[in-house]
This record gives sequence, C-alpha cells and structure tokens, in this order.
Amino acid sequence: MSGFDLIKRLFRHKSVAFSLIVILVVVAAALMASWIAPYDPNKQFYDGLTMEGAPLPPNSRFLLGTDLLGRDLLSRLIYGAQTSLIIGIAANGIAILIGTLVGVTAGFVRGWVGNLLMRLTDLMMAFPALLLAIALAAILEPSLWIVALVIAMVNWVQVARVIYSETIAIASREFIAVERTLGASTLRILFSHLLPHLLPTIMVWATLGISTTVLLEATLSFLGVGVQPPTPSWGNIIFESQTYFTSAFWLVLFPGVLIVLLSLSFNLVGDALRDELDPSLKGRD
Amino acid sequence: MTVPASANVRQTLLSVENLSIEFGQGPSRKRVVDDLSFHIQPGETLCIAGESGSGKSLSALAIMGLLPKMARLPSGAILYDNQDLLSQSEREMQAIRGQRIGMIFQEPMTSLNPIMRIGDQMMETLKRHRIATGEAAWQRIRAMLDAVKIPKVSERLRQYPHELSGGLRQRVMIAMAMLCSPRILIADEPTTALDVTIQAQILELIRELQQEYDTGVLMITHDMGVVAEMADDVVVMNRGLVEETAPIRTLFSSPAADYTRKLLAAVPRLGTAPPLEERPEKPAVLEVEALNVRYPMRKKSLFEPATEVHAVNDVNFELYEGETLGLVGESGCGKSTTGRALMSMLNFEGSIKVRGRDIRGLKGSALKAVRQDIQMVFQDPFAALNPRKTIAELVGEPLLIHGRGSAEERTAQVAELLGKVGLPEADVMTRYPHQFSGGQRQRICIARSLALNPQIIVADEPVSALDVSVQSQVLDLMEDLQRQYNLSYLFISHDMAVVERLCHRVAVMFGGRIVEIGTRDQVLHNPQHPYTKRLLSAVPIPALDSKRDFRSLLADSQAPDPIRPKGQAIAPSQYDEVARGHWVAIEA
Repeated sequence: MSGFDLIKRLFRHKSVAFSLIVILVVVAAALMASWIAPYDPNKQFYDGLTMEGAPLPPNSRFLLGTDLLGRDLLSRLIYGAQTSLIIGIAANGIAILIGTLVGVTAGFVRGWVGNLLMRLTDLMMAFPALLLAIALAAILEPSLWIVALVIAMVNWVQVARVIYSETIAIASREFIAVERTLGASTLRILFSHLLPHLLPTIMVWATLGISTTVLLEATLSFLGVGVQPPTPSWGNIIFESQTYFTSAFWLVLFPGVLIVLLSLSFNLVGDALRDELDPSLKGRD
Repeated sequence: MTVPASANVRQTLLSVENLSIEFGQGPSRKRVVDDLSFHIQPGETLCIAGESGSGKSLSALAIMGLLPKMARLPSGAILYDNQDLLSQSEREMQAIRGQRIGMIFQEPMTSLNPIMRIGDQMMETLKRHRIATGEAAWQRIRAMLDAVKIPKVSERLRQYPHELSGGLRQRVMIAMAMLCSPRILIADEPTTALDVTIQAQILELIRELQQEYDTGVLMITHDMGVVAEMADDVVVMNRGLVEETAPIRTLFSSPAADYTRKLLAAVPRLGTAPPLEERPEKPAVLEVEALNVRYPMRKKSLFEPATEVHAVNDVNFELYEGETLGLVGESGCGKSTTGRALMSMLNFEGSIKVRGRDIRGLKGSALKAVRQDIQMVFQDPFAALNPRKTIAELVGEPLLIHGRGSAEERTAQVAELLGKVGLPEADVMTRYPHQFSGGQRQRICIARSLALNPQIIVADEPVSALDVSVQSQVLDLMEDLQRQYNLSYLFISHDMAVVERLCHRVAVMFGGRIVEIGTRDQVLHNPQHPYTKRLLSAVPIPALDSKRDFRSLLADSQAPDPIRPKGQAIAPSQYDEVARGHWVAIEA
C-alpha cells in the first residue's frame, strides 16, 4: 500500500481527518510563526494591562487576550507551539528509540544481558522521575534540546518495560521458531518478523507519550529547570498563570485546550494507523 | 449398549424442535443453525456430529441458555420436562443448569476455576443448588470422585486444577457435572484435547455413569470413531444445516445424505489401509544414534540436588530415502522434542546425521547449509505463518534467506510452489494468512517447506488441527509430493489411523524411549510391546459393532517419571528383533 493510499484511508474517518487537520495546523503555525503571529511574543504592551495591572480578556486588538506582563497570548501560543512540538516529538522519539532498543534486546537475547538491562530499567523506574529530571537539568545547562534529552531519559523506562514483555510473547510464537528452521539470521528475524508486531505498541506509546512529555516539559519549566523564560511554551504559559485562573481564565484555558487537542489528535491518528497497518483487522479485506 | 425396545415408550427427557439460531441483522444476517430437531430419552446417547463451523456447539449452548447476547432465535422450542427452556428467565435457568442439565466442555483446564481447590469447587455446586451441606455434602463429593475412578480422593480434594493431569481434570469435570445427578449430560467434545488411552477411559466412564443414573447424554463431537463408540442416535450437521438424523445402525450401514457418505469416507480407519508395496532397499538420508535431550529444572531450594527433565532417552532410528517413518505416542512421550532436535531447535546429545553429515554443534553457515536438506511442517498452520506477511513473502522467504535467484525468479518459483500444493490462483500471492482456511494454510506451510528442495521433511502433527475431510486432502497431497520428489517424511502423530494410512514404517514412543519400531504392518497389525497393544486397543473405530470394552484401560498406567537427578546416566534400552526389522524394547 502506498503512502498516499494510506493517507486517503485515514481521511475516511471523520475523527481521524479532524485530528490530522489539527496536527497539520499546529505544525504549520509552528513553522511559520514569525509570519502568522500578530505581534512579537515577548513584547510587553503598555496598553496590554488594565489600569490596575490585570491582564486583558480577549478583545479585538488582542484576540486571545494578554498575559500577566501584558504580552499577546495568541503570539505566545503560536511561538509556544514550536517548543511544545520539538519537545513532544524529539523527546518522545528519543525515549521510544532507547526504550525499544533496550526492551527488544533484553526480551530477545534474554540471559545475563537481558537481566542486566532489565535491572537497569528497574533501577531507573525506582527513581522519582521528577527528581531525576531536576537533577539532570541542574547539572546540564538548560536549553530546549537538553530539556528534550532529560525528558527522554526519564520516559524511556516505561517503553522498555512494555516492549520487553511483548518481545518475549512474540518471540515465543511459532512463526519465529519457523524462521529459525528456515535458516533466517537473528537480524532478519528481528527486523522483518518481530518489529512489525511491536509497531502497534510503539505507535500507541508514541502518541500517548506526546501528551505526557508536553506536560512534563511544563512542570520542568515551572520549576525553573525547563525552557527558560521568556521563551514561551504551552506548559510554561499555564504554569505562569495558574494562580490567576479565577480572574483570568483565558490564560489557562487556551493553552490547556491546545495541549488536550493536540494529544488527543495524536492518539486518534495513532490508533487509526495501527488498525490500518494490521492486515488481520477489519477494513483491509 | 442398545436401547431396549421398551425405551421407546418411555418419556422423552429433552426435545429440541425446529431450533434456528441467527447472528447479525439486516443484510449481514447469518443463520448458523437451521431447523434442528431431536429427542433424548433417559439412558440414551444422542451424538451431534459435524466439522468445525457446523453449529453443533451453539446448539448445545442454546439448550443451556448460554448463547452469546448477539444471537437470536427466530424459531424453535427446547422442551425439558414439558417446559420450554427458551421462555425461562435467567434465574429459572440457573436452577436448571447444573442441577437438571450438566455440561462438560472440551478444555477442562479453562472450565475449572484455577484458584479454587477441587473440593471447594464441587462444594460450591452443591451449595448453590441446596442439595447437601456439611458432612453429607463431602460424602457425596467423595462418592462421586470415586465413581469417576479418581485415585487418592482425599488428596485431590485439596489440590488445585493445575496440579492434575488432563485426564484427571476431565474426570473432575465429569464428577462435577454429575454431582447433582442431572437427568441430562451435555458433553461438548469432551475428549478432543486428550490422548487416546485417556479418551477411552473418559468414554467408558460416561457410559458407566449413564447406566447407573439413567442419564440422557447429548454428545457433540467431530470424531466419527467417538460417534460409533457412544451413540444410539446421530444428528449430522454441516454449516448449520441438519444433513441427516438417524439411528447409529442406519447411519453407518446406509447413510442417506451425501455429506454423511463423504464424511465417513474421509475418516481414516485403523485397519483399512491398503497393503504396502514391496520397497527396494534405499540409502538412509537421516541417521539418529543415541539421541538424548535433557532440560535443566529450576531448583526449588538451594539445598535440593539439581534435577533435569529427560525428555528423549536413547533414541535410535534411520529414515530411508523416499519413505515415511511414523513417530507415534501420546503427549509428553518425547516425539515432538525428537523432531525439534532434528531441526537443531534445541541442544541434544548423541548424533544426528543428515545425509551423512553430523549436525550436532553446527552453527552459522554450516547449519544454514543443512537446513536446505531438512525442513519442517508444524501442527498449527496459523501459528506457523506470520500474520503480517503476504503469502508471496512467506513462501518466498526461504529462497530469499538462502539467496536463491533474483526477485523475478523467486516470484516465479513461489507461483510454481503454490501450484504444486494446489493453490494455483494468481491472487493467492498477495493475500494474507487469515484469509485462508485451515487446510489452505497448511498447504501454504507445505509449499514453504518445499521451497529449498529438501530431501527430508519433519511433519509434526500436520493434520491434527484440521477437519477430517480436509485432513485426507492434505494427506493425499503429501503422498503425491513424496512420489514426485522422492521425499522422506518423519511423520509425528498421535493418530494411529492417519499413521497407518501414510507411513511405511512406524516407531512407537513412550516415556522418551522408542519401545517398538518396525514396518507399518508389523507394528500396527502385530504389536508386541504392551504399550503399543494398549495404545492400539484405545483407538475408537468409526464402524458398526466396533464398540469395545475399555474397562481394562481404566487402570492408569503411568509413564516413568522423566525428572531425574542431573547427569544421571541411564542404561540404554535393550531391543529384541522379533522379525526382520521389527524391534521391541525388552522391559526390565
């Protein structure tokens, strides 16, 4: 099945089509932020606050209102999409890569190598994730890419656990034994026969992970070891203004809705992809 | 056991009238059972026979009121004691289930609660139906377990299902089903998951209990041998349709429906295979000498001596060019382990020579080279095919692995292979395994095993998972291919009738050893070893007047315990050559 075919199939379901559009819009906004954004995200407007110094609700000049320092929220959200997407995709991608490598190796090779890798995973799991992230971020100088790396270091553990047990289950299935009797090499068994069966799990983690990573980034930013202000990210916009939720709801509502919408879209697309890629599920016959 | 003439005037216990079952709605509606009717009288056995998908199990579930929620019953009535079971409420059905109608399922392990002791599970049934409590209840349970001939009853009551063997578990199931003395016992493939000698024991038990309690038995089975053994009346079903309803005698002597005739013709029958042609001496392609396979056991405590499972124990045989050697035995006898050792799928001791070359300890490219000469066909064709690959990829894979030909040449060869196994249609190549039936899938597996032009094929129960009519087609195919390509088969099976049909020589395994080996006729028609005799006497035969007395089989004969101290040497088996090429193990 060609890639074009696959996309056409995905667009057949309304919810999936909607999700794809959401993802495309966010990606486009992030890529073209400097053209789309109405203002400089870091500019503090004199008329961006009321006389009492409170942020402005959405109005015709500031479409989504302003934040506590009188900056345009819409512009900050558009620029924040860059941060959130980079963290969501890069951090999550690295986590899945490491987790899959460790899980597959441990599950397929077993023996002392497998034991060693899984005990290491257990060790990492035993650390409070947040504490680990703070420690790592404190040692390394915070920047966008370091934050992504730190989040990956924390998140690969769960992926490794799940992939490990799935690998064991699949490796014990008979068609893997058949491959050995045919004379297939270990690499061939791994890449041609095992990985395709792990794809659904990886897909689900990849999409689910994006939402947790975006939130973890927000937490780190809030604690001062994440993305450094004034660079906006959806997470730090929420955390900066959460105490004002009752008086300036828009500061939490809009970025919150965006995070939920984006994670939901990734989840739905991930689910649909998994179904489309499995020949034994319906819709293929 | 025939029904006495007076039985005809006795009251009917259960009658099913014009029962139909449907799934789905609108255009996707599917009728899975159509217009089924039958009657059961006390002390009588009715068999519903049919292949998979015939709707026989659904009919049984309908009687119990256990159909899945999506099922609908557009017509019909199920009358028990003159009340229609279909109009009973769930609460009323609960009182009938277990107490009036008992049921035994195919797989005793999954139908017993794994975390409840045997005694407690049985007690629960008695309590629920308020039949007995306290000491009286325990007495009843013990008596029932005695009746199904379970040894050491007091000990069993405290055990969990996983601690019992398959045969014992099925006896517990029967005891549970009979505990409230139901008037009807429904048995859904009660012996399909069991070995033949165990099957014979279970069938004998059901017969004895039936006589004692005058129970009506509804037996659902695909095995015409079991039908011949048990039934008074038979309903033959095919794809939801009733093909024929007849007394057993009529069914076997003059079957009315075409389908019944086809079914009966397809069933392999022990003792009906045509005589073997005289075979000229051929060179051996596979020589197995002093083969031993041991698995280490996990130690229960640090101070315990290390133990191991001795799965295969000093096995010797040769396989000659162009012949089929049957390796028969019951589960756990080591026959599959032997097959896996031949494929270098596990570590072994001794020597295995494939076309003169010892394969022990071979690795990498040397092992890969041997694999071109010896290939395997597995029992479950669905499990053996990667569900995410197309048929072209699957069958072409051995060619790809061994670097044979270009992509176009490989495609051409795959098409040729699929033609050989009777799947010549062009669109087969691009389809996936789940789009084929069981028999077609096994053909695909056979095509794949032939891709490298091997001389030897190890076939591990290749037809056990298939319906009988499909079974005979696959066996025909294997015979054709053998003639055409001079293949040698090691045919591993528990089914004596199939072995008789296909094999030139037969080796019988018991407790990890070969206890008897010889030509087919020597071993199957003139068995010498007591185990071979026992095995053969347990095979049900699908013919009239073949009901046999299995009572002698009820005494359990145990295989020797395969768990031994690590490294313990076992004296090699001694054999006696009773006729030319017919060797029988001498028992100490």
